[in-house]
This record gives sequence, C-alpha cells and structure tokens, in this order.
Amino acid sequence: MANVEKDPVSGTNTTGHEWDGIKELDTPLPKWWLTTFYACIIWAIGYWVVYPSWPTLNDYAKGVFETTNRLEHAKEMEAVKQSRMVWTTKFEGKDIEEVANDSELLNYAMAGGRVIFADNCQPCHGASGSGAKNFPVLADDDWLWGGDLDSIQTTILYGIRSGHEDERVSDMPNFVEDETLTPAQAEMVADYVMSLSGQGSASEEAKVLFEDNCAACHSEDGSGQQALGGPRLNDGIWLYGGGKDAVLSQIMKPKHGVMPAWVGRLSETEIKQVAIYVHSLGGGQ
Amino acid sequence: MNQATTATGASEVVYNEDVVRKFILAATFWGVIGFIVGTFIAFQLAFPALNLGLEWTTFGRVRPVHTSAVIFAFGGSIMFATSFYVVQRTCRAPLFGGRLLANLIFWGYQLFIVTAALGYVLGVTQGKEYAEPEWYADLLLTVVWVAYLVAFAGTLMTRRVSHIYVANWFYLAFIITVAVLHLGNNITLPVILFGGESFVKSYIWASGVQDAMTQWWYGHNAVGFFLTAGFLGLMYYFVPKQAERPVYSYRLSIIHFWALVFLYIWAGPHHLHYTSLPDWTQTLGMTFSIMLWMPSWGGMINGLMTLSGAWEKLRTDPVLRFLIASIAFYGMSTFEGPAMSIKAVNGLSHYTDWTIGHVHSGALGWVAFVSFGAMYYLIPKLWNRTRLYSLRLVTYHFWIATIGIVLYITAMWISGIMQGLMWRAYDDLGFLQYSFIESVEAMHPYYVIRACGGVLFVLGSLIMVWNFIKTIQGDLRTEDEFVAPQSAAAE
Repeated sequence: MANVEKDPVSGTNTTGHEWDGIKELDTPLPKWWLTTFYACIIWAIGYWVVYPSWPTLNDYAKGVFETTNRLEHAKEMEAVKQSRMVWTTKFEGKDIEEVANDSELLNYAMAGGRVIFADNCQPCHGASGSGAKNFPVLADDDWLWGGDLDSIQTTILYGIRSGHEDERVSDMPNFVEDETLTPAQAEMVADYVMSLSGQGSASEEAKVLFEDNCAACHSEDGSGQQALGGPRLNDGIWLYGGGKDAVLSQIMKPKHGVMPAWVGRLSETEIKQVAIYVHSLGGGQ
Repeated sequence: MNQATTATGASEVVYNEDVVRKFILAATFWGVIGFIVGTFIAFQLAFPALNLGLEWTTFGRVRPVHTSAVIFAFGGSIMFATSFYVVQRTCRAPLFGGRLLANLIFWGYQLFIVTAALGYVLGVTQGKEYAEPEWYADLLLTVVWVAYLVAFAGTLMTRRVSHIYVANWFYLAFIITVAVLHLGNNITLPVILFGGESFVKSYIWASGVQDAMTQWWYGHNAVGFFLTAGFLGLMYYFVPKQAERPVYSYRLSIIHFWALVFLYIWAGPHHLHYTSLPDWTQTLGMTFSIMLWMPSWGGMINGLMTLSGAWEKLRTDPVLRFLIASIAFYGMSTFEGPAMSIKAVNGLSHYTDWTIGHVHSGALGWVAFVSFGAMYYLIPKLWNRTRLYSLRLVTYHFWIATIGIVLYITAMWISGIMQGLMWRAYDDLGFLQYSFIESVEAMHPYYVIRACGGVLFVLGSLIMVWNFIKTIQGDLRTEDEFVAPQSAAAE
C-alpha cells in the first residue's frame, strides 16, 4: 500500500489505512496473548471430554467422569448425613423427655436447635424467640398451646391451622357478625378484658357478658385454656396488639394466625432438637 | 487513489452534530439521575427505613430505575452520541437518513426511557432483569432500534473511504446483537389480546428453565454487546484520538473482535450454575467464558499499548487518564468475570455481593470512565470551544470518582466473600454455623461504605456537569498548565 509508513516511536509499520487521522500499526499478535488463548481453548476441550457437554439431537455427551451436579450434591449430603449419624442414631427410640435428660444429647440438641430455629422459625418468631406483632413470643411463659416439651413438639410437628390432619385449631368467633353481641356489648367486653390485666374498670354487665360468651375458652378469670388454644387474657401480653382498640378488633374482626406443620419438612430428630431449643428460651415448663 | 479522492471530498461533507449534542446532554442528565438513584438504593440497603413505606419508593421498584437509567439511558445515549459522531467522521459521510431520522431516534429513545421508568415505579414490569419494560415499551424500542440500524448501516454504506474502521465493526456488532437479544428475550403475549383486562400485563412465551436460559442469554449478552462491544467501539476511536497515537495492532483488533463476538454469545448459562439448567448447558457456559478471557483482553492490550510512546501524557492530560483508567478496570473485570464463571468459584460467589461488586467495577470503572473520557473530549469540539473550562476540575472528578469506585468494589468483595463463606460454614457438630439473618447483619458496615463510595461517584459527576456548563457557556478558567516532572526538572 502506498501510505504505509514507519512509526518513529515503535519502529513498526502502519497498515496504510487512515480514518479521521487515526492510523493503525501492523503489530503482530502478542505471543503470550495467543498462547494463553490457545491454552484456554485446550482446557475447555479437556473439560468437555470429562464433564457433560455438547448436546446431540435427543441426548448429550455424558463426559468420562460420569458425574452431574445432582450426583455430586447427593454425595455431599450423604457425607453430611454420615457425619451426623454419630449423634442422630443416639436419638432413635428416645422420646423428647429422654433426650432432654441426657446431658450429651441435650448439648447436641441445643446446638442443632439454634441453627434450625434461626433458619426456619426466626423470620416470624424473631431472634431468640423475641416475637413480633401477630407472631407469639417464645421466650416468655405465656403459652397458647402449652409450654412443656411434648406440647411444643406437637405444635411444631403439626402446626396451627396448618391444614395438617393433626393440626391445632382454635377458632375465635366473629361475635358481632354472628349477632351474638351488639357492637355496644362488644365494647363492654373489651373494657372487661382490659380490666383483667388491671387496665381500667368494667361494669357488672360486661362481666356477665364475658362469662357467658368468652369464659368457655378463656376461663372466667381470663387465664386461658391451653388445651383448647384459648389465649390467656389477664397477663398484659397480647398477640394481636395491646390496648382496647386492638382487643375490640379481635372481638369484632378476629385474626387467626397460621403456623405451618413441620413434619415432613424437618426430620423427627430435628423437630426434637428445635423443640428443646424453644423450651430453653425462657418459658419452658 | 481512493484515499486521495475521499480526502478532497471531505471538505464537502457536513456532519450531523446536532443529534450528537442532544445525546451527550441526555447522557449527562440521565447519568447523574442514575448515579443518584443508585446511591439512594444503596442507602436503602443499609437503612431500610429509606424505603419510606411507600410502594413507589421501595427498593424493588427503584432498583430497575437505577439499572435502566445507567445502562440504557446513560450508556445508551453515550452509544448513540459517540457512534453517530464516530461513524460520520471515519466514513467521511453525513449521517444517513438526515435530520428527520436522527431526531426520530433521539426523541423515540427518550420516550422509551421515560415510559419504561414510569412503569417500574408504578409496578409495571416483566420481572426480567435488564428487560423489565413491558410489551408496549418493547415495541417502541424496536422501532427506534431499527431506525438506529438504518441510520448507522446507511452511513457505513455511503462511506467515502474503502475500509470500515474497527470502531464501527464494534458499534455494528452492538447494534445488531442488541436487536436480536431484545427481540428474542421479549417474545411475549399481552393479556389484553386474550380477553384480559390489563393493558400493560403480558406473559413471556417460555416458562421455567427455558425462560431463565433465554433471560440470561439476553442478560449476559446485554453486558457483552451493550457494555463491552459497544464501548470498545468508543474506546477504539477516542483513545487513539486523545493519545494522538496509532492503534497498537490492526491484527489484534480483527482477531479479538471475531473471537469476542463468537464466544460471548455462548457464555450466558454461567448465570445459572447449580440450578435446574442441564449440566451440559452449564459446562458450555463456563468453558466459553474461560475462552472469552483473552479475546476480552485483546481490547485492553490494544487500548493500553496504543499509549506506547505517549505514556507521559497521562501526567498532563486528565481526560486521557479517564480513558486509560477505564481500560485498566476493563481488564480487571474481564479477568474477574471468567474466574467467577468457574463453577467452584461460582459456588462461593453466586447470589452474594461479589457479583454486585464485579458488575460495578465494570460499570463504574469501565463504562462510566470511558464515557466520561469521551464526553470531555467531545464537549469542546461539539460546541466549538478551544478547550474545556477547567482541566483541574477533570482531575478532581477523576480522583474523587476513583476513590468512590475503590470504596465500592472493596466493600463488595469483602461483604460478598464473607457472605459466601458464612452461608457454607459448618460447626464442629456438622451444623450450619450461621443463620441467614446473621449474614445480613454482618453486611451492614459494608453497605454503608458502598453507599459512601456512591456519594463520591455522584459528587464527581456533579463536578463534571459544572465543567460542561461552563465550557458550553464559553468560559475558560485561567489555570497553570500541567507540567510533567521531567520537564519541570529541565527548566
């Protein structure tokens, strides 16, 4: 080409092209660059030979290692299972009380329970069972369904209003919509409920209304009935919010919280571990 | 012979610089918006109260505003501006289609951006990353993009030089591939055509893993052809221009161009390692990503080595410094990318902040810096000023933004690797050592550092805007010339 010239700085010829003042040098490909490029290609070909790679019309090359993600994952999970077997076999045939009375197993259950709780329960029940509005605190002794080891284990296994056939169910009726109470009466009942924990006072009529309509589940003194899942109303601890308005709302438009059943999602051993952990949070009975 | 006739013919050519000016101003505007929104959502991650409890301002809706603003609004406007500027000059031909087509492209594209962003805030989205706009916005973009292809390819075909300059190969690859990606990833059925009530809602034809694979074929090549090939085109013009040196190697530019466009298009599956995507697809995605390493670095070599014989200019020319630093960031992230595509590395890095750090070393360090370099080059030329208002301000911008990027990516490296390690840590008894929420808590300080990095990047861009305004107004700040140390010693 006529316009090829020598670049004075590099001593390399230009290609003779020029665009808007830009010229190009005719430098050969850097050797290290080309070598590395070839090495990457050879490495890729090697990888194709040993791992699943190129597709055919209705199959794909399996690779000489004959492995897949799933196989590798299954192997890893099996290894973890084996390493845990040392402990989990000791759980077999033991009920939760027996586990809790064996100091070695108790230690193990507490360590496992902490992790299981943090990954599965904490989103609703908060760190260390500190609870949240609409989600029960697990670190106090105000239990809806019982705070002994067996009761906690049952609640975790089958859940609350979970749809499992052994679920725990209690059903706060909608008193106003059912026309069991008038709105004015509902308000009186709410006053009475507040008075149970020493907040304000209520009339004798309200007391009668409470005893007729609420005491069956919540007991006459408002101490609740764990066997029926009737929450305690006289300790100033509230699931769906404190204060008269929140109480009234629960009488007129009750919320029914749901806890999933964990049987089938966690192993029996894991459920024992997490039940023991929850029991230890502060309110275990 | 051919060269000579076109050289004399050049004097007759009137370039369309109006559309370039418009796109540069749009890029400046959208860039600042995008950087500010990004910094805002970075603070949201550190302090969730900043979601403000309003649906329109939650992270989930504002994040696509940030990504679209920086990639499509800022990056896209830069691509339009520089490709139109470069193709006219290197072809010695006016922009094909005249002012009408150019204006259609400009206003159509701006309308697309606003339509898309309004949708995000109001909750209208396809739910596909970087392809969030719904079908009506997609159609609008399709029209604009075809017009873009006509204007660009038309200019190439009416060129008055024999060869097509390498920058234009990259620009053309970017335009064509983005068109294919956009069409392929947005095959969608608006529900209104099937008796649905919503005008805006549509469903993608594919579902499950096919949809995921299509999405990441798109997503990865949006990075490959929008943010890599397109901006390499930009680099191939503005680096030799600003350095006033010839391009290092013509052969390297050919080889790495074809290798890059051929290999990149396969690499998408590395976004879906260890998912329900078939193993063989993951293998191909990973191996093609590894083979892509050197073709990507071809651009870096050609950019950096173009400076041989002109390295001392880095001391005195802050605009060139932006361009060269961008190539260094490009080299770093195109090494990091293949490394992260290796399944063993990906097992640690995937779903962590490392990915976010990687994207931003590319987006801030490469795309934004090379764009700033081109903008500082273009502004005085487009408005016929002798020089920028202030080179000192360019230096401040450079250092403030660089510190911002370093804070950003180091914070994300640490938090990302920490996240990955925490998620897989087992204790002595074989239990996971940390719960997910503990890993979230551990990231808080790094989120604050990252957001501060963002503040610096915004600050730098505001300095740039000030410099642009003063330059366009025709002001020249009286400044001492930058003096290279050896010439200072000689005095």
